[in-house]
Amino acid sequence: MSEPLLTTQNLTKHFQLSSNALVQAVDDISLEIAPREILGLVGESGSGKSTFGKTVIGLHDKTSGTVTFNGEEMPDRYQAGDFQRFANRMQMIFQDPYSSLNPRMTVGEIIGEGLMLHSDLKRSEVNEQVADWLRKVGLNADHMSRYPHEFSGGQRQRIGIARALILNPEFVVCDEPISALDVSVQAQVVNLLGELKDSMGLTLLFIAHDLSMVRYVSDRIAVMYLGSMIEIGRSDDVFFDPQHPYTQLLIGSNPEPDPNHERTRTSVSIPGEIPSPVNIPPGCRFASRCPKVMDVCREQTPALIPLENIGERHHVACHLFS
Amino acid sequence: MALLDVKNLHVEFTTYGGIVHAVRGVDFSVDEGETLAIVGESGCGKSVTVQSIMGLIPMPPGRITQGTAHLRGHDIIQSKIIDGKDIRGNFVGMIFQDPMTSLNPTMTIGAQIAEPLEVHRGHSHRDAMKRATELLDMVQIPEAAKRARQYPFEFSGGMLQRAMIAMAIACEPLVLMADEPSTALDVTIQAQILDLVKSIQKETGMAIILITHDLGVVARLADTVSVMYAGEVMEAGSVDDVFYRSAHPYTLGLKEAMPTNQTGRSRQLKPIDGSPPDLFSPPKGCSYAARCPHTMEVCLENNPNAFAMQEGHQAKCWLHHEECEVAAEDLYQA
Repeated sequence: MSEPLLTTQNLTKHFQLSSNALVQAVDDISLEIAPREILGLVGESGSGKSTFGKTVIGLHDKTSGTVTFNGEEMPDRYQAGDFQRFANRMQMIFQDPYSSLNPRMTVGEIIGEGLMLHSDLKRSEVNEQVADWLRKVGLNADHMSRYPHEFSGGQRQRIGIARALILNPEFVVCDEPISALDVSVQAQVVNLLGELKDSMGLTLLFIAHDLSMVRYVSDRIAVMYLGSMIEIGRSDDVFFDPQHPYTQLLIGSNPEPDPNHERTRTSVSIPGEIPSPVNIPPGCRFASRCPKVMDVCREQTPALIPLENIGERHHVACHLFS
Repeated sequence: MALLDVKNLHVEFTTYGGIVHAVRGVDFSVDEGETLAIVGESGCGKSVTVQSIMGLIPMPPGRITQGTAHLRGHDIIQSKIIDGKDIRGNFVGMIFQDPMTSLNPTMTIGAQIAEPLEVHRGHSHRDAMKRATELLDMVQIPEAAKRARQYPFEFSGGMLQRAMIAMAIACEPLVLMADEPSTALDVTIQAQILDLVKSIQKETGMAIILITHDLGVVARLADTVSVMYAGEVMEAGSVDDVFYRSAHPYTLGLKEAMPTNQTGRSRQLKPIDGSPPDLFSPPKGCSYAARCPHTMEVCLENNPNAFAMQEGHQAKCWLHHEECEVAAEDLYQA
């Protein structure tokens, strides 16, 4: 394996709601992302996947732990100058294409703003690049003077992609970039991201809750539950041979567009919901819902351990394997 | 005769920009104990279809210009009253997409479930509240008696959806209309809700009309499927016909745009290029012609009627006309 582009070491983000309520949104996550790799990050709402993405890129201050990018340790708390310094290298694509574009700016201003701030280019040169990027993401250069409300959801998401990529970053956090889109448009956006990734040599952290789509997009998948990472491995290994009981549940719950398959499958749904992330009890976080729960699960937090027999670099945090 | 039989439904909206032809000649029917899925992407008119039948569309600006919807022989578009009872709540129950915003935040959950029983069945408040607790129990909400006294903000999304189901089935309706019932929920919660809906149907024998854009949910729940596009039903048939013997290019396009769960993968998904037509001025010919890989001259000029493939399976596509040179079998294989 080559030198990782981005490494998180015991990255933790807690929110102190009040003196006796602590939200452990992201807890002790260590992972590496290789250059040109797409790492898919999945989990249900409230699992901390978006918080993780924002903490990695500096939109949240870190509670503890480190993020190393290209061998350089990133600051715990970003100052204005830090954003200025890293904007050319790390970018983010946001989930909601409706609320993440300023309705009072034209598309040209939205996409070009980064270049105006972070390069010495003149306005006319910026506009040239904006026009170029509009074409790259499948829009028309004439669209530059229009406002976001004149575009559909899929087109807005393309504007968000152009805004993030025009600075030629090395690493991009995609926070549910396709969740708000229709099926046929999702495929358009996923393919566009794939093409741009190949042509620009991007490294992506792809956050989503749609497992089957994530498998298509990613090289590796990490699964989060209630703030901790419980399984990570190659996409197909995680998808077809999940080891952690929660990953099994998550993948089993995903309905497939195949009536015969759906008729013959046994129901996998288990009762209960993801518990509140406030003041999480000790032990495995999935213990309250796990069908295979043991006594030890309620006392000790399982560590992420490598599994030898399944694929390469497959790690699971579950007492069943220790 | 089918329990609910909708024929040639047309719905329009008058707006500042002109008239939107949201639903343009929709037919479907559903029988007792059966689940019909209406599938389509946003803006295809699937929600407007059922909401207009239920009389939930504000008129004006909305208007049903043509069509009938017979529930047990009564046209419920003409009159929402059967045997002196409003069909809504009594004969047809409805659950909505977003459980967080569809409930009244100022009423307890129990009182909201009890309300239809008091209004439609004349239960006393006390009896209705007792029944509400039983219903909450039936939709598997733990500690139902305590939960009935709580407000919506104290419930999670999955629990609210359960409460909404309890409300919809309170008066034992003949038909349950479910508008994207699991879209706002996480997959593990979605699986619970789908299982619950299925088991309630088994118990009560009600018909379900399920509106969704998720072909996976269709495969799990539906018996028959209607695929909608730009206000029309493009293909209709049993779930096996529509999934395994798709006869309309749009259905095929939708299937190919979805990631499959088969091992091995081609890295590329096949998106449907372009976007749906403008319903202010729907195209003269087939509404899918602009995006269809099989477009012929006739498609641009004339809107096809539904061609019958076999018993109960039909598709609105010129490829199935007897004079068409492209063999429809080629489509089947794809």
